[in-house]
Amino acid sequence: MSPRGRVVRGGRAGGGEVGGGIGGEVGAPRSARVVAGVPAGVGVALLVLPLLALVVRTPWARAPEVLADAAVGQALRLSLGCAAAATGLCLLVGLPLAWLLARARGGAAATVRALVSVPLVLPPVVGGVALLMLLGRRGLLGRPLDLAFGVTVPFTTAAVVLAQAFVALPFLVVAVEGALRAADRRHEEVAATLGASPGVVARRVTLPLVAPGVLSGTVLCLARALGEFGATITFAGSLPGVTRTLPLGVYLALESDPDAALVLSVLLLVVSLAVLLVLRHRWLR
Amino acid sequence: MSPHDPGRRRHDRVVAAPVLAVRAAAAVAVAGLAACAGAGDAAAPAGDPVAAPASPELAGTVTVLAAASLTDAMAELETAFESRHPSVDVVVSLAGSSALAAQVLAGAPADVLVTASTATMQPVVDAELVEDLPVVLASNTLEIAVPPDDPGAVTGLADLADPGRTVALCAPEVPCGAASAELFALVGLVPAPDTLENDVRAALTKVRLGEVDAALVYRTDVIAAGDEVRGVPVPEAAQVVTEYPAAVLADAPSPAAARAFLDLLTSADGQDVLRDGGFLVADAATS
Repeated sequence: MSPRGRVVRGGRAGGGEVGGGIGGEVGAPRSARVVAGVPAGVGVALLVLPLLALVVRTPWARAPEVLADAAVGQALRLSLGCAAAATGLCLLVGLPLAWLLARARGGAAATVRALVSVPLVLPPVVGGVALLMLLGRRGLLGRPLDLAFGVTVPFTTAAVVLAQAFVALPFLVVAVEGALRAADRRHEEVAATLGASPGVVARRVTLPLVAPGVLSGTVLCLARALGEFGATITFAGSLPGVTRTLPLGVYLALESDPDAALVLSVLLLVVSLAVLLVLRHRWLR
Repeated sequence: MSPHDPGRRRHDRVVAAPVLAVRAAAAVAVAGLAACAGAGDAAAPAGDPVAAPASPELAGTVTVLAAASLTDAMAELETAFESRHPSVDVVVSLAGSSALAAQVLAGAPADVLVTASTATMQPVVDAELVEDLPVVLASNTLEIAVPPDDPGAVTGLADLADPGRTVALCAPEVPCGAASAELFALVGLVPAPDTLENDVRAALTKVRLGEVDAALVYRTDVIAAGDEVRGVPVPEAAQVVTEYPAAVLADAPSPAAARAFLDLLTSADGQDVLRDGGFLVADAATS
């Protein structure tokens, strides 16, 4: 239980604000800022201009008619419901996982950490294929499940939730683990020496300490689940009301009614931004 | 049973929103046989006068946007064309017909467009983005595909209306789905799909993976999948024929080579390739 040296990443909420002005930390030479400003501007343009174009090109006159379509409300409700369920699932398994990873040492932990991060860099469609190989009717687990209980997972709403959890879980784990590593362990140790049980320490000390990290991880997880497409269409298929979430609806609308697809894209953009802004705002204050 | 056959293509152009035409299968089959009758000799590809009118001058890249159901036929036609015109590189981009049409409407630089329905070609024609009116290359019909072990014991369309079976269909928004919907309406059945896929190959993949008991796909897809799926013929499907119109695009970067490629598609050799892939070919080059 000796306190080990850890990289402390705390204090970022205070520093680094534009114009925050603790001279030596923030101030960079003017020339350096100009040099950095050009590629930085290109970066911002790369991220913002396409979304701006999307908004500009959207046929707003058709928006009421498109949004009034019962199928859109259905897809939106399904998206929000599945993303919430997937986020709940991720919290349930992701918090303990992040805690273990943050506290563990050695090769096993490093291996698990690397494996857990794989979906971050994996094309989601590959994730969908992998889920099929495990849980499909001919999958490693899916076949015995089907034979023993007659349960098949693909093409169900549960498959959507699983696909979303698969791609979103790493975001939560990485964020929470980072927060746990950055937190000062002495608080926990003091609480323990004062007689608090491990459960009380976790609830009263550790969780409040890392709450911002948990919240930001949850937001990222939820946003990623909301936008999930590749794994969902591969593993869960696309049936209105059952598995056709809003991103799948956008892709299909592109085939038949591109104008409607633009309206739906903006809707998805607004919902995702709302999630980010509302939750992040609460966290920052 | 086909009084308006001679004026068919003009007819397709004028009708603003053509639905997939229900046409007597006999007419198509007879036309197909007529085309095949003169194409029995598959030898001497280099000597085809139709496909290579200006072969010495052709060079550059021909970009062909083709419907996903043409995947295998296009690979073969690409090879055939490139062997005749070694300085031309044919690049085939395969996707759902509606997506391809949308790409052309958005100004994608392409030379030839081949879609899996006249309905998806129409917006491109209306926008005057084709050099000449589209030529119908071939047609296709639907067939049920099941995994080789046929876990759902599927015998016909009625089994695709059974909620107890796992069924993949194309979404009604894409050509194969529109044709499927028409077929089900024709036989008076309400299908019970478990997933509505975005293109026909995605539906076929679900069968190949054994995730569904059956999917309604094109006959050509069943043939292309070989031993991985089994076809269950649907007699009524002969009444729902999907046509494949092709056109050289008005803004084609390589118009001459594009015309030569279209000539190959409509030549006896090109039609042979399509017929081998399971397509119904008509004598589109001269009709």
